[in-house]
Amino acid sequence: MNLTLKIWRQKDAQSQGKIVDYPISGIEGDMSFLEMLDVLNEELITKGEEPVVFDHDCREGICGSCSLQINGEPHGPDRLVTTCQLHMRKFNDGDTIYIEPFRAKAFPVVKDLMVDRSAFDRIQHAGGYISVNTSGNTIDANAIPVNKDDADDSFAAATCIGCGACVAACKNASAMLFTSAKVSQFALLPQGQVEATDRVLAMVNQMDEEGFGNCTNTGACEIECPKGISLENIARMNREYLKASLKG
Amino acid sequence: MGGLIKSSIARKVAMALSGLFLVFFLLQHFSINFTSVFSPETFNEISHFMGTNPVVQFALQPVLIFAVIFHFVMGFILELQNNKARAVKYAKYNGGANASWVSRNMIYSGLVVLAFLGLHFYDFWVPEMVYKYVESNPEVPTRYFEELVHKFESPIRTGLYVLSFIFLALHLWHGFASSFQSVGFNNKYSAGATKFAKVFAVAIPFGFVVIALVHHFNH
Amino acid sequence: MSILDSKIPEGPLADKWTKHKNTINLVNPANKRNIDVIVVGTGLAGGSAAATLAELGYNVKTFCYQDSPRRAHSIAAQGGINAAKNYQGDGDSDYRLFYDTIKGGDYRSREANVYRLAEVSGNIIDQCVAQGVPFAREYGGLLDNRSFGGVLVSRTFYAKGQTGQQLLLGAYSAMNRQINRGKIEAFNRHEMLDLVKIDGKARGIIARDLVTGEIERHSAHAVVLATGGYGNVFFLSTNAMGSNVMAAWRAHRRGAFFANPCYTQIHPTCIPVSGDHQSKLTLMSESLRNDGRIWVPKRIEDAEAIRAGKLKPTQLAEEERDYYLERRYPAFGNLVPRDVASRAAKERCDAGFGVNKTGEAVYLDFASAIQRYGKEKALTSGIENPSKEEITKLGEEVIENKYGNLFQMYEKIVDEDPYKTPMMIYPAVHYTMGGLWVDYNLQTTVPGCYAAGEANFSDHGANRLGASALMQGLADGYFVLPYTIGDYLSHDIRTGKIPTDTPEFDQAEKDVKDRIQKLMGGSGEHSVDYYHKKLGKIMWNKCGMSRNEKELKEAIAEIAELRQDFWKSVKVPGTAKGMNPELEKAGRVADFLELGELFAKDALHRNESCGGHFREESVEQSGEQKGEALRDDENFKYVAAWEYKGEPKDAQLHKEELIFENIELKTRSYK
Repeated sequence: MNLTLKIWRQKDAQSQGKIVDYPISGIEGDMSFLEMLDVLNEELITKGEEPVVFDHDCREGICGSCSLQINGEPHGPDRLVTTCQLHMRKFNDGDTIYIEPFRAKAFPVVKDLMVDRSAFDRIQHAGGYISVNTSGNTIDANAIPVNKDDADDSFAAATCIGCGACVAACKNASAMLFTSAKVSQFALLPQGQVEATDRVLAMVNQMDEEGFGNCTNTGACEIECPKGISLENIARMNREYLKASLKG
Repeated sequence: MGGLIKSSIARKVAMALSGLFLVFFLLQHFSINFTSVFSPETFNEISHFMGTNPVVQFALQPVLIFAVIFHFVMGFILELQNNKARAVKYAKYNGGANASWVSRNMIYSGLVVLAFLGLHFYDFWVPEMVYKYVESNPEVPTRYFEELVHKFESPIRTGLYVLSFIFLALHLWHGFASSFQSVGFNNKYSAGATKFAKVFAVAIPFGFVVIALVHHFNH
Repeated sequence: MSILDSKIPEGPLADKWTKHKNTINLVNPANKRNIDVIVVGTGLAGGSAAATLAELGYNVKTFCYQDSPRRAHSIAAQGGINAAKNYQGDGDSDYRLFYDTIKGGDYRSREANVYRLAEVSGNIIDQCVAQGVPFAREYGGLLDNRSFGGVLVSRTFYAKGQTGQQLLLGAYSAMNRQINRGKIEAFNRHEMLDLVKIDGKARGIIARDLVTGEIERHSAHAVVLATGGYGNVFFLSTNAMGSNVMAAWRAHRRGAFFANPCYTQIHPTCIPVSGDHQSKLTLMSESLRNDGRIWVPKRIEDAEAIRAGKLKPTQLAEEERDYYLERRYPAFGNLVPRDVASRAAKERCDAGFGVNKTGEAVYLDFASAIQRYGKEKALTSGIENPSKEEITKLGEEVIENKYGNLFQMYEKIVDEDPYKTPMMIYPAVHYTMGGLWVDYNLQTTVPGCYAAGEANFSDHGANRLGASALMQGLADGYFVLPYTIGDYLSHDIRTGKIPTDTPEFDQAEKDVKDRIQKLMGGSGEHSVDYYHKKLGKIMWNKCGMSRNEKELKEAIAEIAELRQDFWKSVKVPGTAKGMNPELEKAGRVADFLELGELFAKDALHRNESCGGHFREESVEQSGEQKGEALRDDENFKYVAAWEYKGEPKDAQLHKEELIFENIELKTRSYK
């Protein structure tokens, strides 16, 4: 198929960027979206131009590196997939496709379509852990029974890949879904109770400091999340936060 | 506690709680007004009580006004903050793909409701305050119904009211149900609560529209 | 006498590690504050090592090329992690895990290392649970286990199909805690470009800030390389796009021996290549082989018709299908080990029976499992005389419960419904057992330079068992390296901070800058990918699942030639200043072009078939095992460690004899 790509090009964080048009042909439905960009880049290199820079690594939907806003939606029109798993058969011959970086003040552009998501890391540094020594001298694993439903819910929250689609989709660029997934993962387990108060306060505080927007419950994050992280996590974080604020 | 004033979650909860308070007020307001459709006497009686009872006038009324002001001022602050959180906008943004129009445009439905409040205050509250506290007129317990009916004589004003109620319904459609999520209520009862909130969001403004139209066409 | 000293402690196997821990030198807590350690790579091994070293009190700097440590490719591991907990009461023990691992590795790994791995495996689970890793649980609230290929017990702990992700997030959370305490300084989007040696010891690295393009000097008292495997030398593999051998190869060039480079694991159940545009391969969990039956058409005309799109697999009757694994290996059938299943698929496809348009795919069919489960389910649900449709529906539900996410992934990628038509699969490069040679302390032949996880060679011999990679990475990082490195660092308590303004750092930085300039200065005929794909083709065709002397010699010559052409004609657009992914790729491919040749050389010298390494010259000539892999313990019971001597072809072989005192060497048979 033949396509017109409208791609955001930006030299570096300091430079102004703009949308540039690239016609591309010979794209097959079996290609992943990133392989389509590989084809474009190969053409650009041959022509002596600089290839389009974008984040990607595992290309199997788990590392959370890839991060494109495709036709106004993070990871494109398909549901429950990352950009690397999006296939070109979801598009038609003659389509025009807008490809932009995930936009948020807290995600500054590094180059072209690559953004800096270290804000997510800083939120996790603030409290995304259980303070246990890594000596191995802990109690036997089965000495801590965990209700199966809680363990499953904790796992579901922990499957967040930190790609930032929730922020990109949200009209407010809010990071509540991400932060709440990280808070919930620990809040649901007995191991996480000891530090629950400090954790949620520290992580929410860091989230606010990073300049993310506020949650207005539009639910866009849940729809666009490639891992299907539930809005219930945000409600849980709100509860945890209120509880912690009143306590601490 | 210190972070509570600034924190995103505290503000979100505050929005939800002030909103819920206003929803409760709306129900109360609707119940009183609705009596005007079938019993002018009852309406006058309750209005007289509300207009003269010191607890209502000097305790509840300021709380209500504070809630209204808080809700919209905080709404504006959050909107500005949210706007700043995405300094560079998307060239193409397909918001409709993942969220309802209503949820994405609370600021606009809210602004219409706010403008309506201005009109509503100009119509009822300001004259009432002037009547009672500036000019210190004597209380006439039967005056309320007539004042009400009088206001709905104009088709333009009635039209504006109807339009505003439609926007109020849109605002409530997202706002009411979403306040549960904000205060951390999301469990197996949520589906039912949301349904209730949606019914409420349509029924109450519709009721207000009915009241306005009844008075407009009956007199 | 070999110059390789494995430093295996004396004494009975089960006591070696405890005794060793009791006798090695320690660094007191006050002195640890004055000691710096660099950890390159932040996957399971690197992340857990960094967190533990920081917790002990060392000042740790971590480096990773990703934008966050949590994106390291350990995250993609699906199945699970082994541990000899014996929670199921099915007779598991440290010894059994040790035995299975040695046997699974086709008797090409070190007994002492593997026993230690089994010994600490239980601790890993305790540690991870304490950290809040949400493993799968039973209704009673206790941990669940599943069973994996090649063993007789259930010892695999898992978190659905995302065990690697959960364990990595656990290690990353331990890192977070130390980052928050200021004990770890994380350098993300940084790539190590060289190892710096002072007085023969590893004392730092040269790294490039991938965002600014700045070349930086970082010094430390020891350097830990936990940089993963080199499967991407094949271009197409299940590794991440960025996975590379650069750090390990740079260390090799500075004196670290590279062991058993030819030991590669080729995983039988991956989604086949769909065309030339393909950039990477996706694994489908091994667990699918529990219920799927593997086949190709019996008649070559049918295979041709399928490839041409004229025939559908579902139109072929039972007797027209060749269930070749069940035919060749009646005892194990579809559950033969990975290397055997892979080779059998290649054999059928080479003979012209492949079933997708490229001719490189076989079927993995769930139809009979669906019928079997459907009938069972109908029976247990009390449905009398169920119709065929009802049975199929019930059966599909059972399959969906077991493999739903895998089937969905397959459908997204291939656009075919695997419930209705058989899946297509083909083997793909998955893991490399070879790596930097390390002694019992995980130290390479460069003092002060350590290697952990997939980057070292130590525990899996010639073939790795399922669910053992996660175990090894975490064992090295949490429980082995933090102890053993103290023995070395105890001599450094008076050294003080290592300065970076020394001639050694000057020289290393100059080397790095010259190399970058050379890469940027190619005449510009072809892109980096052009060379990487060419290298991958040579590797796959001549050093892949089945190897012979003639082709390996050809490969050596072709790779050397390709490397020359690469340096002359590669095209790297843009500048070295700032973000330039093409430059990053160029550096990595340049090293793959050297490693690839050493790989072929190692494969050529090892004229035996063992584990993932299959030499066509070394097969059983007669009897029941005729045509199967033939190991040669008399001549090749050693680790081949290669010393860098300039060109890969000049690399010098050093042998570490493997001594088996606790296990009897046997032939693996799956007939």
